[in-house]
Amino acid sequence: MKKEVLKVENVSMRFNLMEKKVDDLKDYVIKLIKRELRYQEFWALRDVSFSLREGERLGILGLNGAGKSTLLKIIAGVLKATEGKVTIKGKVVPLLELGAGFDLQYTGAENIYLYGAVLGYSKEFIKEKFDEIVEFSELGDFIDVPVKNYSSGMKARLGFSIATIVEPEILILDEVLSVGDAKFRKKSEKKIKAMFDKGITVLFVSHSIEQVRRLCDRAIILDKGRLIADGTVKEVSNLYEKRINEP
Amino acid sequence: MKNAWNNFIKYRFLLVELVKKDIKLKYRRSYLGILWTLLEPLLTTAVLTIIFGKFLGKGGRTFPVYILTGRLLYTYFANSTKAAMKSIRKNSGMIKKVYVPKYIYPFSTVLSNYVIFMISMIILFLAVIVFKIKPTWHLFQAIIPLSLLLVLVMGVGMILATLAVFFRDLEYLWSVVLMLIMYTSSIFYHVNDLDLGRRMWIFKLNPLYLIIVNFRNAIFGRPMDMEALWLAAMYSFGSLLVGIIFFYKQQDKFIMNI
Repeated sequence: MKKEVLKVENVSMRFNLMEKKVDDLKDYVIKLIKRELRYQEFWALRDVSFSLREGERLGILGLNGAGKSTLLKIIAGVLKATEGKVTIKGKVVPLLELGAGFDLQYTGAENIYLYGAVLGYSKEFIKEKFDEIVEFSELGDFIDVPVKNYSSGMKARLGFSIATIVEPEILILDEVLSVGDAKFRKKSEKKIKAMFDKGITVLFVSHSIEQVRRLCDRAIILDKGRLIADGTVKEVSNLYEKRINEP
Repeated sequence: MKNAWNNFIKYRFLLVELVKKDIKLKYRRSYLGILWTLLEPLLTTAVLTIIFGKFLGKGGRTFPVYILTGRLLYTYFANSTKAAMKSIRKNSGMIKKVYVPKYIYPFSTVLSNYVIFMISMIILFLAVIVFKIKPTWHLFQAIIPLSLLLVLVMGVGMILATLAVFFRDLEYLWSVVLMLIMYTSSIFYHVNDLDLGRRMWIFKLNPLYLIIVNFRNAIFGRPMDMEALWLAAMYSFGSLLVGIIFFYKQQDKFIMNI
């Protein structure tokens, strides 16, 4: 039995939604006086528990609003769960919306250092890997041009190249396999496949059952924030297909 | 506590990168570059000297230096608290996607402004020479008010950054408060010239005034005003403590409001 790398225990996430968004002082005071400050509770996740062992590749299925992204954000540390606990052993690399941390005024080269620092890498490490990142991104001379002049494909390529420079223990993929043009897409898929072969643990969110079947060996279904199925990818994806096709 | 420290060590490179970025981008965008940092206090001091020194006939030979000291410290306070207030919203894109300790944003903003503030001190250095103010060993005292100012700005910056996440219109309110602080910081007048009577306490409520007093004492070669020092230290560390606790307690809610 391989060791456990991720453990999600009874995780619940509550959002307090105001009926009307109040985000300035003036509105807040007026609503407070008129007693119109009503909050609506909304549970994006309810009592979700599962654990992953080293090398498992988990597909997360669910309709829009089922809580998939919320779950990934909690695992990535961006959100903090209202209740419950997440234990992680090893380095997590989230490949969520690549290049979101770029500064547009900065050149590609400067952004490599900035984004690397955001991901928690040290300066020496980035320096060492700099050439490798530039080469993989295929940006060439564009690396010294401010990112605001990049196309979205170029941005995604650079983001992908920086984020995948380390070999993480846990990789979070949120439908990012569609990066850049066809050629780069192939290249990035190859890189991710190579990581798979080395036996890293993967969390994968996708609306495409096909992709999940191809990439994962285990799957869960989330429905309105609850975990309703957990098993091998074959069983669970069949069940999911059946649920979708139900009238 | 130990965890927080380890986390800080892990992300210290990010802190350095963010400070560098702020400074680099500030000067990359403007043609006059670093010159502006020096020119701006020089010009405002000239205006204030003409109005309050010449027209109202206040001050003496070294009045421009008097104004400049107050002006420089106030400008740093105003600019960095304003920038820190916006820091969380400005970086919302990143905060929503990747985990980073959130205090790093107000922190780096305050620090990059501090570096620019230190650069602008060159102008004070020149003014001291031009107006022939003899340097004394009291000059070394300057490091104390300057450190207290940093602590104060960190604290106030964190409080404002937290509040601004929930209330977008805080900027307008803060600019009014800043005006009040400016007029009670004795930037372009001497407190002794005012007919205050028992109302001196108004000044003792203003931490920036208390810091400026001791900074001037250092520049003009006078011993420290101990009362002002203790009060300033109390306000500065007090606000830092409140800022850290407040920020820490609210930071998990940030993401739902930005």
